[in-house]
Amino acid sequence: MIETGTALTPLLLTLKVALLATLFSFLAGVFFSRLLSRFSFPGKEWLDAVLTLPLVLPPTVLGYYLIVLLGRKGWLGQFLWESFGISLMFTWQGAVVASAVVSFPLVFKSARASFEAVDHNLEKAARTLGSSELGVFLRVSLPLAWRGILAGAMLAFARAMGEFGATLMIAGNLPGKTQTLSLAVYDAVQAGKDSLATTLVLITSIVCVLVLVSSGKILKSSYIKEVDR
Amino acid sequence: MKRRVLNKCLVVSIALFSLLAFQSFASSAAHAQQELLVSAAASLTNAFTDVGKQFEAANPGVKVTFNFGASGALLQQIDKGAPVDVFASADQKTMDQAKERNLILAETRKDFVSNGLVLIVPSDSKLAIKGVKDLAQTQVTRIALGNPESVPVGRYTQEVLTKAGLWEPLKPKFILAETVRQALDYVGRGEVDAGFVFATDAAVAKEKVRVAAVAEGHQPIRYPVVVIAGTKKKDLSQRFMDFLLGSQGQSILARYGFGKP
Repeated sequence: MIETGTALTPLLLTLKVALLATLFSFLAGVFFSRLLSRFSFPGKEWLDAVLTLPLVLPPTVLGYYLIVLLGRKGWLGQFLWESFGISLMFTWQGAVVASAVVSFPLVFKSARASFEAVDHNLEKAARTLGSSELGVFLRVSLPLAWRGILAGAMLAFARAMGEFGATLMIAGNLPGKTQTLSLAVYDAVQAGKDSLATTLVLITSIVCVLVLVSSGKILKSSYIKEVDR
Repeated sequence: MKRRVLNKCLVVSIALFSLLAFQSFASSAAHAQQELLVSAAASLTNAFTDVGKQFEAANPGVKVTFNFGASGALLQQIDKGAPVDVFASADQKTMDQAKERNLILAETRKDFVSNGLVLIVPSDSKLAIKGVKDLAQTQVTRIALGNPESVPVGRYTQEVLTKAGLWEPLKPKFILAETVRQALDYVGRGEVDAGFVFATDAAVAKEKVRVAAVAEGHQPIRYPVVVIAGTKKKDLSQRFMDFLLGSQGQSILARYGFGKP
């Protein structure tokens, strides 16, 4: 079937983009949530609001910000283009940036809540027992907050898989290069290729159900282990 | 204390919401306006907005709402039952497809404007692009064009490049746009080195883009307009079409650079 072939490329691209985007939003999310839950400084809640903004802003607004920032004539984009000849526009790396920005607040929010729910007496106890700050983080706080962070990362992955607006604006809709599943569906419907659209929609739905079920299982098993302990 | 403030906020916001809801109901009931929904090719955005205003001025009580997009995408919407009254596409092929699917009142179909295809570059471009052949240069890395699947300007571009024997070799450089205006925007922002748009689109963004060449070798570009078969406002739709083809409509369109049909 021709359609499976044309559907496979966007599927693989989507998984690649979503995985990398989740990785970046995970790292940044853990960093910022730890920063905000551990330390207090002026303007902390403002920073929280700015970091949560991608969750509430329409993706098109984010897309516009990213174009202004990363375009060939953008603040950062011009520097990258003129110094290194790198342009993120119309590349799958650009799609990763868009998806990472959009999915970041999901990791950040749940990680911050999880870190703040950790019993601070345990962290204090570790410190009195001579553990370094990094040690406290890696051996006490992170293991205790892990489930919430993982749940956030799963949501981020799902969100990154479905990213459309910001991706279309920064990475374009190039078949084989930046055309992810959601863009391929859009494209197929626009062109009146209903059977291709159906195939793509089914694939997307199946993949999403698989992700949800498996993430549920992972979370559950890690929970049971914790209770058993 | 805090709770009381919160309660007050709640009461105020509920009151505001009900007021808004009531107002929107009241306004839709008060003016028994006739609304006309016109789906039109993206390249008509500026000209049709103007035409709509003039048509409303000439016909009190009528409200014209536009739905701009790639002609192919608009066709799909109509095919899926969008309550459109009038449809103007940027090419004959889209309209032929609409006719095949019995979506239009074929006897109302008329060409109302013509247009040209141009090769544009960002106005500060330093590349030596003077014709279609120059796009083969290695310095040219990205070329924006409408997606030929659903965007008419892309179909004309494909025709031109295929005739020049450049369609296949240039393919890796293509950045496919969803509408002609997106291709225009890509060139205007300097994200691509060159792009193909209609002559009227290039005229809209004169400060940002420069016409490098007039593309030749495509079928004549004529825009057809038609009344949609499913309309409940056939008379009003016909009146809008007459306005478009009449002297007032034609002079507005000419002001935006469109040619006679």
